[in-house]
Amino acid sequence: MTLIEEIHSTTPIHRETDAGGLRGLRVRGLHKVLGGRTIIDNLDLTVRDGELVSLLGPSGCGKTTTLRMIAGFLAPDAGSIQVHDREVSDLGAEKRPSAMVFQNYALWPHMTVQNNVGFPLKLRRLGKKEIEQRVDAVLALVNLLHHKNSRPARISGGEQQRVALARALVQEPELLLLDEPLSNLDAKLRVKVREDIREIQQRLGITTLIVTHDQEEAISMSDRIAVMNAGKIEQFSRPAELYSRPETEFVATFIGSLNRIEGALVNGVIVPGDDVVGIRPEDVVFTLHASFDARPAVVERVVPHGHFHEIYLKRDDATLRAFASGLPPAPGDRGHASIQNALTFRQGRLVTTTRVTA
Amino acid sequence: MTMITKRARKSAARLNFSRPLSGLFCVLMVVFILGPLAWLGIRAFAESWTFPNLGPDGWTLRWWSVVLGDETLGRAVQNSLALAALTVLVSACICLPAAYAFARYEFWGRRTFLIGLFALNAFPKMGLYVTIASLFYALNLMSTVLGVLIVHVLGTVVFMTWIPAAAFAAVPRSLEEAARDAGASKLRVFFSVTFPLALPGILVAAVMSFLASFDEAQGSYLIGAPDIMTMPTQMYTLVLNYPNQVAAVFSILLAIPSVALLLAAHKHIVGGTLAEGFQIK
Repeated sequence: MTLIEEIHSTTPIHRETDAGGLRGLRVRGLHKVLGGRTIIDNLDLTVRDGELVSLLGPSGCGKTTTLRMIAGFLAPDAGSIQVHDREVSDLGAEKRPSAMVFQNYALWPHMTVQNNVGFPLKLRRLGKKEIEQRVDAVLALVNLLHHKNSRPARISGGEQQRVALARALVQEPELLLLDEPLSNLDAKLRVKVREDIREIQQRLGITTLIVTHDQEEAISMSDRIAVMNAGKIEQFSRPAELYSRPETEFVATFIGSLNRIEGALVNGVIVPGDDVVGIRPEDVVFTLHASFDARPAVVERVVPHGHFHEIYLKRDDATLRAFASGLPPAPGDRGHASIQNALTFRQGRLVTTTRVTA
Repeated sequence: MTMITKRARKSAARLNFSRPLSGLFCVLMVVFILGPLAWLGIRAFAESWTFPNLGPDGWTLRWWSVVLGDETLGRAVQNSLALAALTVLVSACICLPAAYAFARYEFWGRRTFLIGLFALNAFPKMGLYVTIASLFYALNLMSTVLGVLIVHVLGTVVFMTWIPAAAFAAVPRSLEEAARDAGASKLRVFFSVTFPLALPGILVAAVMSFLASFDEAQGSYLIGAPDIMTMPTQMYTLVLNYPNQVAAVFSILLAIPSVALLLAAHKHIVGGTLAEGFQIK
């Protein structure tokens, strides 16, 4: 009983559900050529008011270039950038209503934490008292009041990151931009800081765009994710959808892990063909006893990953990777492997999702 | 067990061998560096010092009174200090913008200009000054403050451009971008972020330029003497007209401002909060 779901191949790569500009960020037809190479190719992107969107992609895909153009550090060759319905593409970075958190935090080493955070307000010629109040408030928000008079070099990387965030938040920007905000932190701290950022972002309801190459980071923080490849957005959707229904082969291989096999899936068996079948390792089930739709398989390799194992299974039609928790089989063990879900791609685009139900 | 003791003995043997050698090296270095200074110090207070004697024949303060009693010396000290300060100021005004341009902009002939600055130091100084002198005669700049100042500034151009250029280039662009993002104009970015962060390098260049100007003798002598006398050119006159004890006294006097400046700069550049800024990644 194989259930095949047809997907219209005319589905646009990314859907825009908002009507009219209103608030948030709106990028239309953004184009950038650098050194004869097209870095950003006619890119459209909409971030709704109060939404957190991630630009996710491999290095060199143009995500940082896009962010820098939105922030105003790089002039686009063509295209429009609107923040809260105001065209900003002709403005310099200092005049834009956005604030950015830099990858290396870019804190000014000759100023104390307090002066770093207060600098944007000083530029706005606010009174000393007001500056102090607002700096204190935002430092309290990121839990750093005790480091008010420290210099950036004297505090830890995680604290520096929070100072950088505070410096952006104190400007009360209409758009918050974060460039790989967590890449310089160690793994444990990264999880904590990303939760902090998400929590503050939701509390303040601030429109946010994050650039990252880390899919876990993007999936755990974002309302929506725009997966970028070669200067284009491949897919723009909610994290869960991105995983369960990747619209292109690139997205399917970039997000999560995938068995990529050339051929077609017919009744749970892979047969030769021109398409590409993608199977998530968790959708390959290995059992010692025979079952419905399962075919004999031999365990070739077992790779431990801590809380689960990755098993390489050789069937007569293909070699499949599967994830197994608990006690893993040993190489050479014989059993049966079945495919429960599969994605079929034709010329790089998703055409069917196949669910095998018992 | 035996291995360990063997190794220990081996290293001990090496130590025994290397310790006197490094000791000897240290003594040699001290003699090499401090020896001439000690000789200079003794000489400045010596009545006379004749060949086979290890020490001077007698002690006196006569040479100090000769030097300090010379009324032209006061003027020379004033001239030197004023010229050095003025040189640093003028040189900074000319070279710092150039240094910033070299560090931050890509323009036609950038590398050529940067290397070209060294051309000034590639020729023999005296030949250069003679050419300059003939030019200055035509321009009526001989024996003028402006003429001497130009020669002094020329000698500082390399320091004042290369060192601050490196300092400006070392300021991460993201720090400047962060300031722009915060709402600062380009000028404000320079004075609030770039300049303070490059200040240690600029200070080093200023100190070196000051000392270079303070010690400059050949050009000043050729262009300025006898109307504008600085301490080094005054020294030429003194050395030629008095016994060489006077030269020793004068050397010590000449070294005082340099040493004082270096100590002050050391305290501010190495120990100060400015150095701390560079620890950040």
